[in-house]
Amino acid sequence: MSAARRLENLVLTIFTFSAALVWIFPLYWSFVTSLRSEENVVGNASLLPDEFRLSAYVDAIFNTRLMVWYFNSVGTAVIVTVTVLVISMLCAYALSQIRFPGRRLLYGVVLASFMVPTQALLVNQFILMNNLNLINTWAGIILPQLITPIVIIVYKQFFDSVPKEMREAVVLDGGGEFTILFRIYLPLNWGITTAMAIVTFITVWNAFLWPFLVVTSEDMMTIPVGITQVNDAFGVAYARLMAVAMLAALPVILAYVLFQRRVTEAIMISSGVKG
Amino acid sequence: MAMIENRKKKSLIALTMVAPFIVVFSTFFLYPMIEMIRMSFTDAPLVGEGNWVGVDNYIRLIGDRLFVTSLKNNGYFVLLTVVPTTVIALLIALAVSRLKGVAQTLALSLFFLPYVLPVSVVTEIWAWMLDLQFGILQPLIALVSGKPVAVFKNPYWVMPMVALVTIWWTNGFNVLLFIAGLRNIPQELYEAAALDGATRFQRFRRVTWPLLWPVTALVLTLQLILQLKIFDQIYLLSGGGPFNSSYVLLLKVYREAFQMNHGGYASAVATVLFMLIAVVSVLQYQLLRIRRGA
Repeated sequence: MSAARRLENLVLTIFTFSAALVWIFPLYWSFVTSLRSEENVVGNASLLPDEFRLSAYVDAIFNTRLMVWYFNSVGTAVIVTVTVLVISMLCAYALSQIRFPGRRLLYGVVLASFMVPTQALLVNQFILMNNLNLINTWAGIILPQLITPIVIIVYKQFFDSVPKEMREAVVLDGGGEFTILFRIYLPLNWGITTAMAIVTFITVWNAFLWPFLVVTSEDMMTIPVGITQVNDAFGVAYARLMAVAMLAALPVILAYVLFQRRVTEAIMISSGVKG
Repeated sequence: MAMIENRKKKSLIALTMVAPFIVVFSTFFLYPMIEMIRMSFTDAPLVGEGNWVGVDNYIRLIGDRLFVTSLKNNGYFVLLTVVPTTVIALLIALAVSRLKGVAQTLALSLFFLPYVLPVSVVTEIWAWMLDLQFGILQPLIALVSGKPVAVFKNPYWVMPMVALVTIWWTNGFNVLLFIAGLRNIPQELYEAAALDGATRFQRFRRVTWPLLWPVTALVLTLQLILQLKIFDQIYLLSGGGPFNSSYVLLLKVYREAFQMNHGGYASAVATVLFMLIAVVSVLQYQLLRIRRGA
């Protein structure tokens, strides 16, 4: 490589990273703010963490309902994720491997529902939940979030590509469809299951509009809804607000950092740019 | 006989497998959808029955200034976000895909991270950064306008700023799609172009751009659909104000239903939004089918 090329590469790399640092700055700035004491937050434009206090975090944990919201978020997100995976996996397996009447129609419905906006349905979903007496309950938060046709589409796509011989081997041994699904198709597509699980979890954890509508009691709120309630009677306490924001973001940031490859893979696959 | 038995048994198993989805789907998607359309022809309150009023709600919509405003604002927001976010994502993807190994992973993570944050975390962060008195970005704003501005309370600043926040928050997703698209371009094409003495720009124009166009079309249409549904950021940052300058369709649905108790009218607005997005989605589907067919 010529010296000119190498210099050009170096300049471009430096430029890319400078841009990346600018991009991530809001997150960094919130983190720095959360480590300061309230008195030291306002009018402090020092970009370095000139303090390292956890008082805002202690305040956030003990003086807000943060822990209750955490509990609700974890509980509902886990239940939605597991349920979505099971429902979608079963449905996708049948669509992919079993010939039954109405198969094409059902797949058409799945594809169509993938395209229509659930947000527009929120008024009538709310009325339904109200009639079922599920306002302010976990079930109320969970049920409408189970509609995720994309997971079915992705599973079907992967089940379609499993070689037929593997299936026939189990049939010869006298195994039924459930055995084939759980012994062969699932283990072969374990990567997809993890990828879909993480992305579903992140989506549900972050959901705002629906939980915001269906929950009015502070004790039933999930984190994204709850943190909009954190305001001080004596004006906004910025350090605490940022500490709450950081704590709310922590699980998804961790999930991303730990499972980075799976997250990116899942997004590429479910958008159809990579199959 | 045995074969028919067998087929019946198979269908029964299939039915058991698809039943959970069908039950959930019919109850929480199909039923609300039918109800939405039915209710849009009534004057029902949020909870309770109303009278059939035919297309009155839809006629009323045409004369509803707030509805027209929100339709316009949706359009404005689409203009402010869709093309800019696509261009920015493409530039970032091109820059990041030049990097190798750990450097690439690190740079991509930095650009992607905002995407995983909950919307309310994003809005709290930006409200703090843009705080009128103590916001660290106010000096920058003062450079442009001469003085600090309460951006989310200013009719001129509010939409561009919500757009900025939205682009920052969601762009990582688009970057990923572009990177996947770039990776799918066979390396040999670049080598061949280089042998022919193509310049860097020519290589982009003749190789990268045409092969990346399908992903670009995907990003553009996905963004269009997403931004038509804008609600969360607006609700949390400006509440539709000031002077309705950030009032959007979904906010209209929300206010009519949950604050004014107009279930029927809200359903009419929701139906319009629903149709709008469904049309765009069908167009997108056609576009992608052409892409896959090609």
